[in-house]
Amino acid sequence: MKKYIDLMKSYTDKVKDNKLAQGILLGTYILVTTLSLYLSGKSVIAFLLLLASLLLLHFTKLGRNTKWGIAALVLVVLLPLSASQGDAYQSYMEVGTLVGIYVAMALGLNIVVGLAGLLDLGFVAFFAVGAYTYSIFATPQAANFLSFGTFPLGGEYFWVFILIGGFVAAIFGILLGIPVLRVKGDYLAIVTLGFGEIIRIVFNNLDRPINITNGAMGLSSITPPKLFGLTFTFPSQFYYIALVILVLTIFVVRRLEYSKIGRAWKAVRENDIAAQSMGIHLVRTKLTAFAIGASFSGMMGVVFAAKQTFVDPTSFTLLESITILVMVLLGGMGSVPGVILGAAIMTILNMQVLTELTNWLNQLSLNNVISIPDALSPAKMQRFIFGAILILFALYRPQGLIPAKNPIFNAAKLKNGSTPKGQEKQKQEVSLKKESASYVNLDS
Amino acid sequence: MLAEILHTLPQVLIDGLALGAIYAIVALGYTMVYGILELINFAHGEIFMTGAFIGTAILITLTGLGWIAVMPALLALLLVLVITSVLTGFIGMGIERIAYRPLRKAPKLITLITAIGVSFLLQDLVRFITEVKRGNYILTGPSMFTDRVEVKTSSVLSVFNDASFKESFIIVFVVAAIMMITLDFFINKTKWGTAMRAVAQDRDTSALMGVNVNKVIGLVFFLGSALGGATGVLFAIQYGTIDPYIGFILGLKAFTAAVLGGIGNIRGAMFGGILLGVLEMFASANLTLMTNGVFGAEYKDVFAFAILILVLLFKPEGIFGKVVMEKV
Repeated sequence: MKKYIDLMKSYTDKVKDNKLAQGILLGTYILVTTLSLYLSGKSVIAFLLLLASLLLLHFTKLGRNTKWGIAALVLVVLLPLSASQGDAYQSYMEVGTLVGIYVAMALGLNIVVGLAGLLDLGFVAFFAVGAYTYSIFATPQAANFLSFGTFPLGGEYFWVFILIGGFVAAIFGILLGIPVLRVKGDYLAIVTLGFGEIIRIVFNNLDRPINITNGAMGLSSITPPKLFGLTFTFPSQFYYIALVILVLTIFVVRRLEYSKIGRAWKAVRENDIAAQSMGIHLVRTKLTAFAIGASFSGMMGVVFAAKQTFVDPTSFTLLESITILVMVLLGGMGSVPGVILGAAIMTILNMQVLTELTNWLNQLSLNNVISIPDALSPAKMQRFIFGAILILFALYRPQGLIPAKNPIFNAAKLKNGSTPKGQEKQKQEVSLKKESASYVNLDS
Repeated sequence: MLAEILHTLPQVLIDGLALGAIYAIVALGYTMVYGILELINFAHGEIFMTGAFIGTAILITLTGLGWIAVMPALLALLLVLVITSVLTGFIGMGIERIAYRPLRKAPKLITLITAIGVSFLLQDLVRFITEVKRGNYILTGPSMFTDRVEVKTSSVLSVFNDASFKESFIIVFVVAAIMMITLDFFINKTKWGTAMRAVAQDRDTSALMGVNVNKVIGLVFFLGSALGGATGVLFAIQYGTIDPYIGFILGLKAFTAAVLGGIGNIRGAMFGGILLGVLEMFASANLTLMTNGVFGAEYKDVFAFAILILVLLFKPEGIFGKVVMEKV
């Protein structure tokens, strides 16, 4: 027995540093899962396994550009292509779109909570702001309070509204962020929670005196986006919109993380008084975090509204805010790959696994195999599952699934390599080391 | 406009006092825990909700056994209050033991996140149990103390309208007053109360002075949760229908009350609770009138949250609190 284990170990050791072997294994894996999804048509397991290839990709030692290339191949070509064979194509793409939307939102919250250390419990408010910004103008609603222009606006305006939605949400972020100047820590969490609830209640009641949001009835038949005469109505089309915005988001977040402002956020997170005494402008730093985080959320709000073609205040409850927080905590606060993983897991769990489990259990109860009371159906247990994840991860793995890493710079190399040629070399020397503290220190 | 506000004032005051008494006791739980651990115990609102469900369940069982019919109503209420408060007290202690104690050295926000998790978990557990037992998670308890009492406030001042309240209002108010006075006495006059205040001031030093810190913290959670659970029973009796989601918003408002009175300050929390209850009732009765129909009673929650945010922004130490300097 031991012989086999040693043999296995020697193989894994060989693979660990062998890029070619990793590439071949990953390629086989992707091929097998793609084929099984392609042939079976409707198989949640194959779909999930294919998505999991991106996780494997993350852990391979391949070069960065190769990784991006493979990820793009899987997401743009293989996944839609292989899923398109079954009748569940649209539902898979729906899940894919929602994963994109939630990942971008979680990345936004990650800037606020993970990098800047400001616990925001009302984050979904920005999502709501983005969603309503588009839906008010993409339905006849705007005509109620604007005397000029014809509404609804055409689907071509959607692309502009992605930017407008992000911008309006950022403004709301700054408005909400102004209290940040005064309160901190847990008080901040409560204030943001209060703001989130206030925004929801206001949207719920803003049908009087002027009908702006149509109150609890919500806004329906929102104009779908249009590009070069092509109308986006199916989830399989929205999938690509979400994907493009998501890639932009990831790009921006990655660039920000190691930039001057990113390092300032981390300094504020560790200790804001100390950071201030080192010359960091606290107010500006915190407000930027709020504004940038909110703008991602707002942009995705616009996409969400266009995809659903219907928004109402019930989509923006506290439960949603907490769900996004769970995504960030599950993946690892401050860690971009972690948050992407966390958001993907939570969305798929929410949208697909729980509903599939419920259907399966219902099927079993129908066939009298077992009897599960309706109250226990997994789709209803969201709060239980989220609560349990929050507690278990806070207790046993506060750094999340993929912990955040800080770049370690080689001081000797930095001193030597002042020439441009040397600088190029240093870049490769930047290695990533796990953060030594077991907690991402949020608050002093 | 002023005359109209005055007309309804007695009724607003009565309703506000009932609501305020409930806020005040729940606020006590927040303020005690915050005073000792500097933690916003998000789960406290859920303890309150659990108390309401346990109490209603006991009342329904007793009614089913036919005991309510033969027992004096007050005795039945006392029995329910005692059982519920002991049970919720232990639930509170259990939560502290499992979810908060291991994290006492961790950053505060991690504990806050666990508290939110506990709160969600409790909500769903209660929903689940109720739904399995009753088929529906919205529960209506047996009606008790529903006779209406008329108060002839118009004879005091002619601008007032007559007000009326249910008998349960007296129960809520009297029980709340007894609980608050007892707690105040306990904290200020007994040995355990002194230990609690010592731990709140300086945990390490009081440990050196021979105070069993863990026991004291457990006691704080027991007391706060017992009071919260008992308040839940009072709430169920006063308002009739309960669901598993009443705790969160009410808890948030009770926390507002605690902050309003100065967090960590027991008497402040009582005062803040009453004040917030009256203000909220006043807002829900008169917002429409005062803003010419632009904002209606549906904005009363916004009003409460606005108070919370304004207090946190401009006077975070509350009405009776002390300003604390922060150092690196």
